[in-house]
Amino acid sequence: MEKLTPAKDRLLKSKNNWMDGELRGKVLVLLCAVIMISATISITIFLGTKGLQSFIKNGVSLLEFLTSTHWNPTNQAKPEYGALPFIFGSFAVTFLAALIAAPLGIGGAIFMTEIAPSWGRKILQPIIELLVGIPSVVYGFIGLTVLVPFIREHVGGLGFSLLSGMIVLSIMILPTIATIATDAISSLPNSLREGSYALGATRWQTIRKVLIPAALPSLLTAIVLGMARAFGEALAVQMVIGNVRNLPSSILDASATLTTIITLNMGHTTYGSVENNTLWSMGLILLVMSFAFILLIRYLSSRRKM
Amino acid sequence: MKSLKKMGLFMIFAALMVFAAACGGASTDKTKGTDKTTTPKTEEKKELSGSLSVSGSSAMQPLVAAAAEEFMNANPKVDVQVNAGGSGTGLSQVAEGSVQIGNSDVFAEEKEGIPADQLVDHKVAVVGMTAAVNPKVGIKDIKKADLIKVFTGKITNWKELGGKDQKIVLVNRPDSSGTRAVFNKFALDGATPAEGITEDSSNTVKKIINETDGAIGYLAFSYFTDNTVTPLAIDGVEPTADNVQSGEFPVWAYQHSYTKGEADGLAKAFLDYLMTDDIQNTLLNEQGYLPVTKMKVERDAKGNQTNK
Repeated sequence: MEKLTPAKDRLLKSKNNWMDGELRGKVLVLLCAVIMISATISITIFLGTKGLQSFIKNGVSLLEFLTSTHWNPTNQAKPEYGALPFIFGSFAVTFLAALIAAPLGIGGAIFMTEIAPSWGRKILQPIIELLVGIPSVVYGFIGLTVLVPFIREHVGGLGFSLLSGMIVLSIMILPTIATIATDAISSLPNSLREGSYALGATRWQTIRKVLIPAALPSLLTAIVLGMARAFGEALAVQMVIGNVRNLPSSILDASATLTTIITLNMGHTTYGSVENNTLWSMGLILLVMSFAFILLIRYLSSRRKM
Repeated sequence: MKSLKKMGLFMIFAALMVFAAACGGASTDKTKGTDKTTTPKTEEKKELSGSLSVSGSSAMQPLVAAAAEEFMNANPKVDVQVNAGGSGTGLSQVAEGSVQIGNSDVFAEEKEGIPADQLVDHKVAVVGMTAAVNPKVGIKDIKKADLIKVFTGKITNWKELGGKDQKIVLVNRPDSSGTRAVFNKFALDGATPAEGITEDSSNTVKKIINETDGAIGYLAFSYFTDNTVTPLAIDGVEPTADNVQSGEFPVWAYQHSYTKGEADGLAKAFLDYLMTDDIQNTLLNEQGYLPVTKMKVERDAKGNQTNK
């Protein structure tokens, strides 16, 4: 123990420190905030100007870009810039992946929080964390070596398909959904459970009629966040989806997404060319979509407060 | 104690800042340094020093990186950085002056938005490529007209060409890929291929052709090292180095190294080094490229082929 100094001195001294530390801390966190905000804003502005160039400078029609199904930018005589198949592909794999991952993730979360809080959590939690840590290229490589041949032999088609893409993606977004859903359910006040049990409800009735409705906004947020991740994923999807420019007519058809077309073509195109600019436009669409996802999350979480 | 903790936090932040600043600064320093060191070295050629940055075609990256390594062994004061990022990236970067050499597997004239007149072409190697099929298809030779029909989707089953009764599965490259441009131009006579699986990496393409029944794609000669895929002869001409060099086999492309303006200093020394017999006859061979010095024909940006 230090020797005690008189209270007066100590207060005086601490006031000096307080002024010092307060100012330093304030500047420090302000700096962090400014850097984060300016990074986001500058990326948005950059992507906005780059992405709009193909419409303004190169005269690609926005309507064609969004609605045409013909993509042939290298045809010199008659280049076509219809990105609809890729936009459709992106949405298709995203929703299909969410369709698999959402029930699995939420189911796992309920198991961890309600059914087997002690050992369930002990086993599942590390497994889910492990899933987060696997790099996307590894998911893609496993998909290419295991999933694609499996689907080719046992389901049909070429193996490179929407189906492969959605399975790989659903495993990738599973941890996101499961983690947030677990937090959402375990943060529900215990009085809800106790009240329900006191009314004579069984455990399943409590889960289905009380806990899930109460946590629903957060659960939806979890799903949307997972979908946002799926929407932006490029590498793993590129390796298994086949990257075909046509609109897929079935789940076993090969397809392409916005991200896979960007990663496939970015290196080959020269800065400032129409091809390159249309890739930026696709990037802009991705950004707009992620804004939409964020707005959706905001809307969902504002409902929770009511 | 508390202030010590705060100090610690502050120090960590400060260290981070310094680190970030150092990282940011390093790249600009490097390019500045090169400009300074390369230009005066033109006069005294004996000992080369400085650094050289090369970027571009990922197909050329292994070759140029291997050559750079030997070049650095011969000239210990020289630092050559070889990045891959695609032909488009290489051409863009050399045009804007951020690298001294930009590698490309297509002529700069073929790429939009590149000031080709400002760039000087150095053809350092030749790559031959041909269609490759799954071995189970049972075909080793194909007529060019049939090849075009296969790739445009007019023939959909191998039995029409005397092969097995298997559906044809196309494996393409991305629209902007140099390999695709060369194959379309010289093997398909400019026809647009029908849609199929699209992959960028040659290794992935090879893997898919090997695993998928009835698959056909196209690969550079260097990928035919084993019998997992079958290279096709076109119109009876075997896809060999000799046939490419004599001009009989049509599907080949130059590997270009572009400089902005005439090469000087270190860039010139390195490009000269790439053209030496040592590199052209041994290293190129090891890496699966054909020496440009042995070509009996040459080709211009429009694709016209003439005898040397």
